[in-house]
Amino acid sequence: MKEKSIIKFENFSFRYDSSNEFILKDISLEINKNELVILAGPTGCGKSTLLRSIIGLIPHMHSGEYKGRVIVDQLVVNDVKITDLAKKAGFVFQNPENQIFMFSIERDIAFGLENLATNKTVMRERVDSILSLLEIEHLATKAPHELSDGEKQRAALAGILAMQPKILILDEPTSLLDPKTAINFINIVNDLRKKIGMTVVIVEHRLDLVLEIADKLIILSNGKIIENDSPKQVIHHSKQLIPEIGIPVISRLYRNLAKSNYNFDNAIVTVKEMVKEIRGKRTQ
Amino acid sequence: MIEFKDVNYIHSNGIPALKEINLSIKPKTINALVGSNGTGKTTLARHINGLLKPTSGNVLVFGKNTKKISVASLSKRIGMVFQNSNHQLFADTVKNEILFGLNNFETDSQIIKTRFEWALNFFDLKKYENTSPLKLSGGEKKRLCIASVLAWNPEVLILDEPTVGQDQVQKGKMLEFISNLNKQGKTIIIISHDLEFLWSLKPNVIVMTKGKIRKTGKIADIFSDDELLNQTCLMRPQLLDLWMKLNIKREPPADITKAADIIRRISGS
Repeated sequence: MKEKSIIKFENFSFRYDSSNEFILKDISLEINKNELVILAGPTGCGKSTLLRSIIGLIPHMHSGEYKGRVIVDQLVVNDVKITDLAKKAGFVFQNPENQIFMFSIERDIAFGLENLATNKTVMRERVDSILSLLEIEHLATKAPHELSDGEKQRAALAGILAMQPKILILDEPTSLLDPKTAINFINIVNDLRKKIGMTVVIVEHRLDLVLEIADKLIILSNGKIIENDSPKQVIHHSKQLIPEIGIPVISRLYRNLAKSNYNFDNAIVTVKEMVKEIRGKRTQ
Repeated sequence: MIEFKDVNYIHSNGIPALKEINLSIKPKTINALVGSNGTGKTTLARHINGLLKPTSGNVLVFGKNTKKISVASLSKRIGMVFQNSNHQLFADTVKNEILFGLNNFETDSQIIKTRFEWALNFFDLKKYENTSPLKLSGGEKKRLCIASVLAWNPEVLILDEPTVGQDQVQKGKMLEFISNLNKQGKTIIIISHDLEFLWSLKPNVIVMTKGKIRKTGKIADIFSDDELLNQTCLMRPQLLDLWMKLNIKREPPADITKAADIIRRISGS
């Protein structure tokens, strides 16, 4: 039978050695292939721990009490080496400066491949195709410090994509970028996902940038999953959206109107949708 | 109160960072510096507290030329919270971090005690009093940086990207204390990409592109300017965008409930 899901948490709990409390509590979750999933929740709710558990930093780098199983593309995280997981899931940090460090961008992109002892010709081809995919050929021979923040974030993404991961994990990738650069970055990721088929798990505080394109919105609170549905469904049905997770202004406006029997055909996550709804009402 | 007169600044590597800046910031106002990454916002801010001096032109603060006064004497009156918290934090505990500036600028032990307690409690840091700043999360570090600066009660507060890493509830608190500080007579200068956050503060906006000031004005005017938005990294806040698309002439309220009332009225339901 062909598996639909690519990431699976089975009754997973984790407690760091340094803490008395479990940071994730009995998580059961399936993320489907090629979906774009937003992970949201207040500071300290366990988002980063969940991401670390997918790429194997937990339990391989952070020790603690580990219960249940995490399965990533048919590998049981606890049973395999972290390097095996690195080929499955790539991780882009909030600050690209933590990630790009070689003398030139193309060397940086090649770095991961060199570590896997990839053949030189294959490596060259792979680097070139990534450069062209992200439209950063002009940056190939530049040093990281010569790049703007938006370019650095794309270069960091390029280094990860060179490993051809099936899963891309992004931890607040746009928090240092200006609004338009942030949208461009998110669009690049989304286009790539469709073009090469990739599952994307993203922690993003600026939900206005991602709600429209995401398949799922997962909300974590106190180490538990309290919502896991399409963004529109969550915006529509969630009884009380926890205030910490920056629901976009337009969706908050929708919830306020819907509460007072203003009839909508659909939940609203963009200004465009709201304009359409209101114009429809006006012409009735 | 703060005046830039024909200010140019050239980095030590020869790259010009500020070009012909003329700017006047009035006391007791809230001001926002916006523009793409690397456009000179932080460089401009560092001229206000004298960390950087113009290559040509002058910056006058409280009537004095920054070239002629020490950074230390300016710092007491102008508090600056840096974008990267790790560049600011250095003490072994949260307590000592807050006390450091306070002890430098204040001699009365009763005032020190009161302000220390205030900063610790107001920013929700009491539980970390004896913790190392390095062990805090990104959002908590940011709060500690702001607490340490506000503790010594400067007249001008410069905040470089204060909302990065803060959740919506913390942002709400920050909005509240920024407007309160302003009501108490403090001058606020915020560098931020967080346009929804800025929208709620209704600041004077200074738009920078490539080291120059492109436009200054009220936030509603800045974000109604299509040409400006097309040519810069700025995006319209959602409520203003909705209002403009619906051709509502009045400015949208900052409050969602009021906005919803208006929508109900215009759609006749």
